[in-house]
Amino acid sequence: MGLLETGGADAPPVSRIDPDALDPDSAEWLGALGGTDSERQATLVRLHAMLLRIARHEVHRRSSHLRVTGPELDDVAHQAAADAMVAITAKIGQFRGESRFTTWAYKFVIFEVSTKLGRHFWRNPTVAMDAEDWDRLPDRFGLEPTRASESRDLVAALGRAVDEVLTVRQRQIFVALVLNGIPLDALVAELDTNRNAIYKMLFDARRKLRAALVASGYLDAETQRYP
Amino acid sequence: MNDWTALDRFLRTDPHDVGCEQAMEVLHVYVDLVAAGIAAAERYPGVAAHLAACGPCSEDFAGLLAAVGGSSH
Repeated sequence: MGLLETGGADAPPVSRIDPDALDPDSAEWLGALGGTDSERQATLVRLHAMLLRIARHEVHRRSSHLRVTGPELDDVAHQAAADAMVAITAKIGQFRGESRFTTWAYKFVIFEVSTKLGRHFWRNPTVAMDAEDWDRLPDRFGLEPTRASESRDLVAALGRAVDEVLTVRQRQIFVALVLNGIPLDALVAELDTNRNAIYKMLFDARRKLRAALVASGYLDAETQRYP
Repeated sequence: MNDWTALDRFLRTDPHDVGCEQAMEVLHVYVDLVAAGIAAAERYPGVAAHLAACGPCSEDFAGLLAAVGGSSH
């Protein structure tokens, strides 16, 4: 069976892009995935092994700032690889050859690692969703104790702006992410939403808070570029 | 750099920032460009702006780049 055709009755749809438009490695992957049943099965086994290797590497790469270790990390890697396989086989028809096939496939397992680590946060959370301790703010932004008076003024001004200009939902997101330090992907899991929705709310909150602090004279209005 | 720089930096938003959804949609393309030494940020400035501001997406970028054997941008 050729590259541009599908496999057996339960085989995933294979990308319909021109194999000549692909790099040789990607063309080989798609050819094998669209090949005979035995060839396809062997290729799926090979792909899963690669995804598991990537997932293990990724959870260990992130482990320095996680409270997950050893067997739990390996469980996350196995789950991520398994779910990435499901996503890849379901979406392989969407591969358009804009990148190498393996890069496209690895993206799924990296996303699954993020999602699973976000959920994992709530197994042993270090902070409650409804906590609200403004005393943490100076540490979050490295405000110097030697300038305690200025820091207190700024924190108080930020607190007023949070109360006055943010919506209830924006306030909830700001407190969870900034004050409580809850990882964004953990918040996504807790609120059963998606990363983009949370980011957009925080983006709007940041913009409104900065405008309020500029208006009250605490921050400079001019655009500043940081290294 | 004054005492408030970190807070100011956090609150500043880039209007070119495309958000998580659009950035992650093309992350594999972006990563291949970076890994190949091609100026991905020039081709996708909105993605670059997003990766500079979004910790989780930046982490995914670093992970995917590491997976394909590239170096950090």
